[in-house]
Amino acid sequence: MEQTPESVQRILIQPSKGLFNFDLRELWQYNELLYFLVWKEVKVRYKQTIIGGAWAIIQPLLTMVIFTIIFGRLAKIPSDGMPYPVFTYTALLPWMLFAQALTRSGGSLVSNANLITKVYFPRLLVPLSAALAPIVDFIVSFLILLGMLAWYGIPPTLGILALPFFLALTLVTAISVNLWLAPINVKYRDVAHTLPFLSQIWMYASPVVYPLSMIPEKWQFLYSINPMVGVIEGFRWALLGKQSPNFMAMAISVIVVMALFLGGILYFKKMEQTFADVI
Amino acid sequence: MSHIAIRVENLSKQYKIAALRPHHDTLRDQLMGSLKSIFQRNGSPDQGESTIWALRDVSFEVKQGEIIGIIGRNGAGKSTLLKVLSRITEPTTGSAEIFGRVGSLLEVGTGFSRELSGRENIYLSGAILGMKKAEITRKFDEIVSFAEVERFIDTPVKHYSSGMYLRLAFAVAAHLEPEILLVDEVLAVGDASFQKKCLGKMEEVHKGGRTVFFVSHNMAAITSLCTRCLLIDGGRLVCSGSPESVIEEYLSKARTYAGIPISERKDRKGNGRVRFTNVSVLNERCEVVETVTSGQDISFSFEYESRDSETLDNAVVQIKFAGSLGQPLFACRSSASVREPLALVPGGRIVCKIPRLPLLAGVYTYTIWCTVGGIMEDFVSDVGKISVAEGDYFGTGKLPPNTLGDLLVAHTWSVE
Repeated sequence: MEQTPESVQRILIQPSKGLFNFDLRELWQYNELLYFLVWKEVKVRYKQTIIGGAWAIIQPLLTMVIFTIIFGRLAKIPSDGMPYPVFTYTALLPWMLFAQALTRSGGSLVSNANLITKVYFPRLLVPLSAALAPIVDFIVSFLILLGMLAWYGIPPTLGILALPFFLALTLVTAISVNLWLAPINVKYRDVAHTLPFLSQIWMYASPVVYPLSMIPEKWQFLYSINPMVGVIEGFRWALLGKQSPNFMAMAISVIVVMALFLGGILYFKKMEQTFADVI
Repeated sequence: MSHIAIRVENLSKQYKIAALRPHHDTLRDQLMGSLKSIFQRNGSPDQGESTIWALRDVSFEVKQGEIIGIIGRNGAGKSTLLKVLSRITEPTTGSAEIFGRVGSLLEVGTGFSRELSGRENIYLSGAILGMKKAEITRKFDEIVSFAEVERFIDTPVKHYSSGMYLRLAFAVAAHLEPEILLVDEVLAVGDASFQKKCLGKMEEVHKGGRTVFFVSHNMAAITSLCTRCLLIDGGRLVCSGSPESVIEEYLSKARTYAGIPISERKDRKGNGRVRFTNVSVLNERCEVVETVTSGQDISFSFEYESRDSETLDNAVVQIKFAGSLGQPLFACRSSASVREPLALVPGGRIVCKIPRLPLLAGVYTYTIWCTVGGIMEDFVSDVGKISVAEGDYFGTGKLPPNTLGDLLVAHTWSVE
């Protein structure tokens, strides 16, 4: 009498045990929801603005102009022989993607509190979707870069094929950081106040306005632990044909990110059990 | 049709509440607090960290095709049970098994984004509730016509009236077609015709052989819809059985509660800056009475104490009356009937005067609460009961039969 047909989906609810209870298959089942959450982020972002999506162009362009004036002209920071605007814009693209992904995904759990307390779905989707949404802005500003490259007559190199890798590394870095920070922000809103500040400091710790060659040789190794160093150098290499990046340094940052990512998933899964109770 | 749909075994859920300690909203406070507690650890437990069991050893089974109603007072653990079954929060101990696709509807409009249009929200909310894109596309027209928002489907929902918003939100949820539907008080919102529509939809779900698990305060809806009913009190499952018998049990419990002195009531809500310590009913001569009559001028006197030494401005007090079936009859809320908010001196008495008590003979229970600056400070449900005897409300010596409702309204008649 208590037999239940095999075909029926069975859900077991009990206190979670063990360190690693990450269900990749379940996450995959929710791929459509991920799509819709990203879609919503993109849709809502420029709602009720006059110029709408043009913000995605104006922000990096204006930043480039300001950096060119201050760091290129006034401070006369070298740019490895490249025109300074292209030099900094190429770095600004992955940087802005990273900074957006970082700040938006860090506060994402809290801004989606109404979802978390009312409906079940893998909570990972929330910071994930917030981090993926800025890709749309990235694509728009990337088209501008292609225009700039044509204007300055810089031919693309084969290295461009490596761009998806650097792009992925940017996003995984941002997500990894937030697998740690977003759950903390659920309990302590201090994180939300720290993030804009953190991203500003992080930018000056990355070769956005200056070239990697300005860093003294003996510090370069330590400096390269910052994954954004590898990403930005990678972008400049792929698009501007600069000398190939330091693969050793890049391997280090990939390892650092991977450790941060895997640890972050464990931490996130651990913390997610109490999200609905403390948010 | 006797397959098990939900099996719950010894389910418990514990919440930590930092009751006595001031807020620890920031990391710094927490760090300082942790430091202090390290140095203070002389065997005495941290007094600030107390816990409550929102659910305690709850076990039951639900068969496929049943409509189960869950009743209980506020804070009894009904919503926690739904949250655990919906996998929003984890149980502390015990387990539950659910066989089939679950749809949970804990609020109307989950996942709605005010900036997006009706069309976009149908897709977004549908996906969040667990529908596939193809499924939403297939049901799209049906959802729109159920919600009656055809003309505004491409308007951002922030421009919707609250009725339209509710209809659209419920329409999405109603087309979820899960095998097991968990619903929390959704029917408490919306106008009468909308509620009827919702009830009809749930009946339809039931006829399709699916299981519904339904938390509500609406006893009428429970009686007409449910095949079985569970009563939860203090986190424990008190009884289960036919809706009529369980509702009777619930109401008699409410009457028992009303007999407990208020100072011994532990099941109250609110922050506690203000606590009611005694409630009494007074007659015209300010004498404490047990029984009053219809049409009598009476007052309710609430003695209270306050944690603050200063006067609390901006306080609102409400007393709500419920009839013999637990149905709400009327409420006296100070913010509605007087212009100035109440200012509560530290410790005193709040008096609510009701001239010409508009109640027919019977026993009524009442619930009181007090807010300060919009924050709930004390809430005691079914704090007391009042026996009303027949009285001369109209000055004619007669009253209408009490089968026609419990309330009396002063009025006149004339033929012109």
